[in-house]
Amino acid sequence: MRRGSIVTLVLIGMIAGGIATAVALLLPWLPHPASREAGRIDFVFWFVIAICIAIFAIVVSAMVYSIVRFRAAPDDLEDGPPIHGHTGLEITWTLIPAVLVTAIAIVCGIVLSRNDAQGSDALRVNVWTQQFTFTFVYPDAKNVTSTELRLPEGRSVELYLRSKDVIHSMWVPQFGQKIDAVPGLVTHLHITPDRLGTYPLECTELCGLGHSTMRSQAVVMTPKAFDTWLRGQERALPQSSTKG
Amino acid sequence: MTTTATAHDVQHAPAPAGGGWRLLYRGSLLRAVWMTPLFAGIGFGLVVLARWAGGWHPILLTEPLVLVSGLVAAPVGFLAGIGAFDYWVYYALGFPTRAEDHSGHGARSWKDYFRVNTDHKVIGVQYLVTTVFFFIAGGLLAMLVRAELAKPGIQYFDTQTYNGLFSVHAALMIFLFVIPAFAGLANFVVPLMLGAADMAFPRLNALSFWLLPIAGIMMLASFAMPGGAFACGWTGYATLCSQHQPIGAIFFNQGVQWAGASSIMTALNFLVTIITMRAPGMTFWRMPLLVWANFTTSLLVVIATPFIAGSQFFSMFDHVMHTSFFDPVGGGYPLGYQHIFWFYSHPAVYIMMLPGFGITSEVISVFSRKPIFGYRLMALSLLAIVVLGFSVWAHHMFVSGMASWIRVPMMVTTLLIAIPTGIKVFSWLATLWEGKLHFRTPMLFALGFISMFVIGGLSGVMLGAVPIDIHVSQTYFIVAHIHYVLFGGSVFTIFAGMYYWFPKMTGRMYDERLGKLHFWLTFVSFNLTFFPMHILGTEGMPRRVADYLPRFADLNMFISLASFALGASTIVFLYNMVTSWRSGEIAPANPWRGMTLEWQVTSPPPVFNFDEIPQVVGSPYEYGVPGAQHAVIAPSRSREVEQEKVPV
Repeated sequence: MRRGSIVTLVLIGMIAGGIATAVALLLPWLPHPASREAGRIDFVFWFVIAICIAIFAIVVSAMVYSIVRFRAAPDDLEDGPPIHGHTGLEITWTLIPAVLVTAIAIVCGIVLSRNDAQGSDALRVNVWTQQFTFTFVYPDAKNVTSTELRLPEGRSVELYLRSKDVIHSMWVPQFGQKIDAVPGLVTHLHITPDRLGTYPLECTELCGLGHSTMRSQAVVMTPKAFDTWLRGQERALPQSSTKG
Repeated sequence: MTTTATAHDVQHAPAPAGGGWRLLYRGSLLRAVWMTPLFAGIGFGLVVLARWAGGWHPILLTEPLVLVSGLVAAPVGFLAGIGAFDYWVYYALGFPTRAEDHSGHGARSWKDYFRVNTDHKVIGVQYLVTTVFFFIAGGLLAMLVRAELAKPGIQYFDTQTYNGLFSVHAALMIFLFVIPAFAGLANFVVPLMLGAADMAFPRLNALSFWLLPIAGIMMLASFAMPGGAFACGWTGYATLCSQHQPIGAIFFNQGVQWAGASSIMTALNFLVTIITMRAPGMTFWRMPLLVWANFTTSLLVVIATPFIAGSQFFSMFDHVMHTSFFDPVGGGYPLGYQHIFWFYSHPAVYIMMLPGFGITSEVISVFSRKPIFGYRLMALSLLAIVVLGFSVWAHHMFVSGMASWIRVPMMVTTLLIAIPTGIKVFSWLATLWEGKLHFRTPMLFALGFISMFVIGGLSGVMLGAVPIDIHVSQTYFIVAHIHYVLFGGSVFTIFAGMYYWFPKMTGRMYDERLGKLHFWLTFVSFNLTFFPMHILGTEGMPRRVADYLPRFADLNMFISLASFALGASTIVFLYNMVTSWRSGEIAPANPWRGMTLEWQVTSPPPVFNFDEIPQVVGSPYEYGVPGAQHAVIAPSRSREVEQEKVPV
C-alpha cells in the first residue's frame, strides 16, 4: 500500500470518528444519573461507545476510500486483481475484536457485581404492580403504603417486585436499573440514590391497554425529610394494618 | 412477463382443459372456493359434536369454534382445494400417479402463478410477490403507528387498536416478509447456483409457499375480530397474551404455526437439495456463499422453529383450554414462555440475517470484479454464527427476573458473536479494496447494508453488555437497534437481491435511475427515522407506548415525518418493479458478468434450468484470474430458445 493512501485512510477515519464523537458528545444521550448504579452504567456506556466509534471509523474509512478510489468507469470491463485472502490480516481481524469483547465482558462483569451488591443497612421496599398502577410498601415502617416511590438519599435500597396479573417492569431512567415484575415470582432490584429530585418512574414491559399510562414518580429526599415523611405516614395508619 | 417455451416443455404441458363442471373438481383456486367452507363446516361440526357428546355448555363457544373451524380446518380445506395434496392423496389411496408428471412445472401464462406450481423459479416469484404485498401491508401499519406517535397524547386510535397496529406490523414484517422473502430469493437462485434442475422436493416446495398467504391473512384478519387484533407485541409474552387478550391472540398463535411450518418445510428442502443435488464437481468448498448462507440458515430453521411452535401452542392452550403452562395460579411459569420463545427467536435473528450475508457476498464480489476475500473463513464464520446463535437467547431476558447468574455467560456468548460477524464485514471491505467498483443498484444496497449493519451490530454489542442493557432494555433504543439490523440489514439485502436477480427472474432489466433514486431515498429517510430513536431510548422513552412524556414530542414528530418519507420511497421501488417487469429492456443472460451458474443460462432460465448438466471445475469467484472458470456447460439449446421467446 502506498504511503499516500495510508494518509488518506487515516484522515477519512479521523473525520468519521470525529463526526461520531461529536454525535456522542453533543447530543443528550443519557439522563443525568441519580444513583450510584446509574453512574457505573454510564461508565460502561461510554467505555463501549469509545470502542464502537473506533470500529465505526475504521469501517467508514475503508469503505469511503474504496468507493472514491476504486470506482470503475462504466465501460471499464477489466477485473480487479485476484486477491483471495491474507492469512495475517484474517488472524488480525479475528484477534483484535476478540480482545475488545473480552475487555468489554470483564468491565461489565465487574460493574454488574458491584451494582448488584447489597449495601449494609439497606431500606426494604415491596413493590406491588398490577394493571396499571404501582404500589410501594415499606415493610420496616409498619407497611406504610405509597403510590410514589420515596427514597432517602445515599442509602442502599432493596426493592422486591411482585405482580398481581401480567408482567410489568419498573424503570427510573435516572437510576439506570430496571427489572420485570413477574406473576408468581419475587424479583429484586438494588438502587443507591445519590441525587435529590423527582424522577419519572414507568412500566416498560407491555402490560395491556393502559401500559403507557402506568407511570409514577420516584422522589429522592434527604434522609431527614424521608424519616419525617415515613413517621408521618406511620402515624396516619389505622392500627390494624397488616398489608405487605 | 415473458417465458420461454420449448418443444421439450410442451411434452409436459397439462392435458387440454375439460370445460364445464369438471373445472370445479380439478385442483385450483376455484375448487378452493368450495372446499374451504366445506372443511370449515366439518371443523365446526366436529367441535359442536364433541361439546354436545361431552355435555359441555355452551355448545357454541366462540373460541374453540373459531380455532378449529377457521384457523385449522379452513386452511387445510384451502390447501386441499388448490391441489397441494393431490399427488400424495392419489398415491396414498392407490390411484394412478405419474412420477414423471411435470405438468405442474413452469409458467406459460400469468395464470400459472395462481395455481400449485412445482417449478422452483415460479415458486420463488410467488414468494417474492406475496412477501412484497405483506411488506406494504406491514409498512402501512407502521405509518399508522407513527401517525399516532407524532404528538403526545392519544390522537387517532384507542390503545387496543394501537397495540394491535405495532403487534401485527412486527409479526407481518418478520414472519411474512423478511423470512419468506429470503426463502423466495433462495428458492429461485439456489438450485440454479447448484446446477440442479429443481429443488429436491418440488411438491413440498409448492406446499410451503401456499402456507404463507394463509398465515398472513390470518394475522391481518385478527383486526376484524371482536375485541380487535392481538395486542401483546409480536413477542406475545405470557401471561398478557395467554390470558388477557381478545380472541385475536389465537390468530397470532396459529398464524405463526402456518408460517413456521412453511419455514421448516422449505429449510428441509434446501438442506436436502444442497447436500444431494450439487452438480458434478460442486464440492462444498466450491459452493457460492449464497448457497452456504442458505445451508446454514436452513440448519437454524430446522432446529429452532419447532420451539416457537411449541411456545405458541402452549400459549394458545392456556388461552382456549385454560391449561396452566404459563399461569402461576395453576403452577405455570411465565418466564418459561420467554425461554422457549427466545430459543427460537434469537436464532431467528440470524435466520433473517445470514441469507442477507450471502446476497451481499455475491453482489460485492461481482461488482468489485474481485474474488471474495477469505472465502473459507467467510463460510466458517457462518457456521460459527449458527453454533453460537443457540447459546445467547437469554440476552433478551437480562431484566426479565430470571436467575441472575445466567446473565454473565449469555453476555460472553453474545459478545463472542461479534467476532465471526466482524470477520464478514472486514472481508467484504477487503473484497472492495483495489477492486473495479461498479455502483449499480444492487451494489449500492449492499454497501448501504454494510454501513447500516455495522451501526446495528455495534449497538448490538452495547446491548450485549449487561449493565447497558439493563438501562436501555424495553426502550426505543431497542426499536432503533432492531430496525438497524432488520431494515438496514435484512431489508437492504432483500432489495439488493431483488434488483440483482430481477433480470434473471423476469428476463428484463429494471430501470437503473429509478433503482438508484430508490436507494438514496431509502438510505437517507431510513437514517432520519431510526437514528434518533437511539436517543429517545437512552433518555427514557419506553417502547410499545401509545403516549409519552411531552419532552419527547419534538423528536417524535421528526421521526414520524421521516418515516412517511421512508414509506413513500417504497413507491419508487414498486413503480420500478411493475413497469420494468411489463416493459423493461430485454435482459441478456449475464448482465453483471457473473461467474456463478445462474448467469450461464438464459434470462429467464429454461424450465429445467440446464439443458446439459454443468461440470463444476473451480471456485465461483475467480474474477481477474486469467482463464479461470467456475463451470463448463456443454453448448446448449439456449440460443435457439432465445429466438423462440414467446411473449405471454
